[in-house]
Amino acid sequence: MSAVLPHGHADHDHHDEHPHGWRRWLFATNHKDIGTMYLWFSFTMFLVGGVLALGIRSELFQPGMQIVSPEVFNQLTTMHGLIMVFGAIMPAFVGFANWMIPLQIGAPDMAFARMNNFSFWLMPPAALLLMTSFFVPGGAVAAGWTLYAPLTVQMGPGMDMAIFAMHILGASSIMGSINIVTTILNMRAPGMTLMKMPMFCWTWLITAYLLIAVMPVLAGAITMTLTDRHFGTSFFNAAGGGDPVMYQHIFWFFGHPEVYIMILPAFGIVSQIVPVFARKPLFGYASMVYATASIAILSFIVWAHHMFTTGMPVTGQLFFMYATMLIAVPTGVKVFNWLATMWKGSMSFETPMLFSVGFIFVFTMGGFTGLILAVAPIDIQLQDTYYVVAHFHYVLVAGSLFALFAGAYYWLPKWTGHMYDETLGKTHFWLSIIFFNVTFFPMHFLGLAGMPRRYADYALQFADFNMLATIGAFGFGLTQLLFLYVVLKCIKGGKSAGDNPWHAPDGLEWTLSSPPPYHSFETPPVVK
Amino acid sequence: MKLKLAILKSAALAAGLGLAGAAAAALPIQSKFNLAPPVTQIAEEIYSLHTLMLVICGVIFVAVFGVMFYSIWKHRASKGAVAETWHENTKVEIIWTVIPFLIVIGMAIPATKTVVAMKDTSNADLTIKVTGYQWKWGYDYLRGEGEGISFVSSLATPISQIMGRDPKNANYLLEVTEPLVVPVDKKVRIITTAADVIHAWWVPAFGVKQDAIPGFARDTWFRAEKVGTYRGECAELCGKDHAFMPVVVVVKSAEDYAAWVADRKKAMAAAAEDPSKVYELVALKTMGAKVYEANCQVCHQANGKGVPNAFPALDGSKVVNGPQADVIALLLNGKGAMPAWKGNLSATQIASVITYVENSWGNATGKAIQPAEVLAAKK
Repeated sequence: MSAVLPHGHADHDHHDEHPHGWRRWLFATNHKDIGTMYLWFSFTMFLVGGVLALGIRSELFQPGMQIVSPEVFNQLTTMHGLIMVFGAIMPAFVGFANWMIPLQIGAPDMAFARMNNFSFWLMPPAALLLMTSFFVPGGAVAAGWTLYAPLTVQMGPGMDMAIFAMHILGASSIMGSINIVTTILNMRAPGMTLMKMPMFCWTWLITAYLLIAVMPVLAGAITMTLTDRHFGTSFFNAAGGGDPVMYQHIFWFFGHPEVYIMILPAFGIVSQIVPVFARKPLFGYASMVYATASIAILSFIVWAHHMFTTGMPVTGQLFFMYATMLIAVPTGVKVFNWLATMWKGSMSFETPMLFSVGFIFVFTMGGFTGLILAVAPIDIQLQDTYYVVAHFHYVLVAGSLFALFAGAYYWLPKWTGHMYDETLGKTHFWLSIIFFNVTFFPMHFLGLAGMPRRYADYALQFADFNMLATIGAFGFGLTQLLFLYVVLKCIKGGKSAGDNPWHAPDGLEWTLSSPPPYHSFETPPVVK
Repeated sequence: MKLKLAILKSAALAAGLGLAGAAAAALPIQSKFNLAPPVTQIAEEIYSLHTLMLVICGVIFVAVFGVMFYSIWKHRASKGAVAETWHENTKVEIIWTVIPFLIVIGMAIPATKTVVAMKDTSNADLTIKVTGYQWKWGYDYLRGEGEGISFVSSLATPISQIMGRDPKNANYLLEVTEPLVVPVDKKVRIITTAADVIHAWWVPAFGVKQDAIPGFARDTWFRAEKVGTYRGECAELCGKDHAFMPVVVVVKSAEDYAAWVADRKKAMAAAAEDPSKVYELVALKTMGAKVYEANCQVCHQANGKGVPNAFPALDGSKVVNGPQADVIALLLNGKGAMPAWKGNLSATQIASVITYVENSWGNATGKAIQPAEVLAAKK
């Protein structure tokens, strides 16, 4: 499709190569502009999802129902999950992919620039559908972000809006992934073999394949839910010959790779940052690539560890327990390699490095609780409790989100041409990691002591830790406004960044000016 | 005022977390930081497995992050550290792939034994069917001592405590109208199913959690080794009152259990359906109030005003005050989100609750519906 036709540059009508005003954004085909739009969109959704979380935590501040009804509480928990997963984390990583992949491989843009535009512009209408679903009769869907049948059959029109939104978001993801795979496989600069590619590109290449494989599966699950709701099918209705547990199989076949989709690009970002701030090359680049690929492949065969209490036969329990525990091995390899990168380096701890090291520390804790949950007998006690909530917030917030912050601080100077305020950046880090732990560490105890999740109200013995978690949550939420301030301040001005503010020894993005030209690498660089 | 108190309380909490543990002694859930004290062999094994995992993960955590924090301190540019250039070492990579692999196998071996044991539901002394409803549990003793006993178990905490109008009692949200009763030291097989959506029956002290899936039967088992009262919760999101359908199991000694069974059977015989019996309005209303509290109140509310846009008000309702046959049919067959009660409530119960609803709050039809009428409509 992208045939390169020779034509004289002098013939270019330059005014349509750099559109201005609203056309620049609505008709954007420039990977930098589209990346920027994804990042602003995802941050907005992050704040919306955060407000929903504060709604949840406010109700759970004390036992009893004070602020919302249980039905509305279930809407809050469901929408918090859907918005954070599909509106915040995933689009943020796509924003980074758009900005950085062409720059890192020396390509002028993404392979399919117009499809890229479509991939982005599908998102705001989908987000609008999700958010306005709160205001239709019956409110937003309240079945948990996992949307289990047959509870979903009882939901009102808000559920149909959510299904529609997720179809749209899924289509956007699939198109974006096709774009990323094609770009990475076809448009690397001469000399950049796959094993010379930056880790961020590797992790996105693998993530994109995961997305293409599993987003259609989610689409299948939610379509079957839609037809069960409105068109008389009985996929998940036992009375009609169907099976509610089949929904869980289909959903989690998507759902488990989905969580790796949300963490692999984070691994990539951290793998870029640590070597630069340790002034030492990434330890074991090849192993890091193989470990990422192993994690991705293993992620397809562990889905039923979300279903240990559904009544699986013994063989099933054992298989999924073993396969899940196995994932700890390549993940451990990655952690050791990061450590080995730091070891005997010469480290400095600017904000990107703080978030990266913070990531390694707190993500690994989430990894340990994941390993504990993988042990099926233990999972019988902990499934559907706050222990699970603690686990996935450790890996998704202290994992994915911290890596996103690390990447933002790392590349903001490149994107804007200005250094961000380092003191404020460090403050953002320390407040975030402290409040994060205040919020989520007690949840391990809540789960162990017996508090189930998705509970609008709870028994008195869970009161203390719930109160503590709520305090932490408000602290964490308010701290994120500080990040917004840092970003806006950096865009407005700051010390001039120069081409390579971090003195990175390699990385094609650092060979360009900060900010890079609107069109970069129109002539591919040669990589030795 | 309450908020100020709450903020003061949280400040005290931040200062002295450990002190709170002592206060918990009076409450039914004893553990604060770890799993519930185990009362079955399986729960004991799970508890030990978890301790083992914690210890192994803890050791690895200390080792790995000891190294990391040491490195952060020692290998910093500000301390003049000079970076090495090496960046691979196949031998080391193999070692730190193989050793974790072996550790994981070591963890999986004891776990396997417990998985197999948890799945063995054979040779049970007592078999009980547990049905999840929105939002309560139904218990049917199918086989063994107590066979034939059947009842429904709903949350007993008054709504006034939930809404903050009354102080919360120690068993807040962990008390039911009628607990499940089982004998100690007997293998009890629990068959779970559900009437509407997926629920999950969970008793932490037993180490038992099993999804209750509509249209399917799953099973699990436990053998309680200590007499006592054990409380659990529904563990699968099942709609608005997911947090309000707890599980309470009372484990009795063999003699006490036998006595309970005998009592129950006597009460069942006494309450047995006599469809030709004619009741007074007052008697029907009294019975009906109990039926209403256990079955209808959760949606239609204690004051009969329902929830706008969700559950219709019964007080002043056109349907309730309309043709009698329609009301009986509605109760029997259900409509939309309202379940069909003909499967769960006896004709006497249905007759009494209709009488109660039609003669309470602002309703005053003055009619007494007899069980015979309901039975006739059932045909």
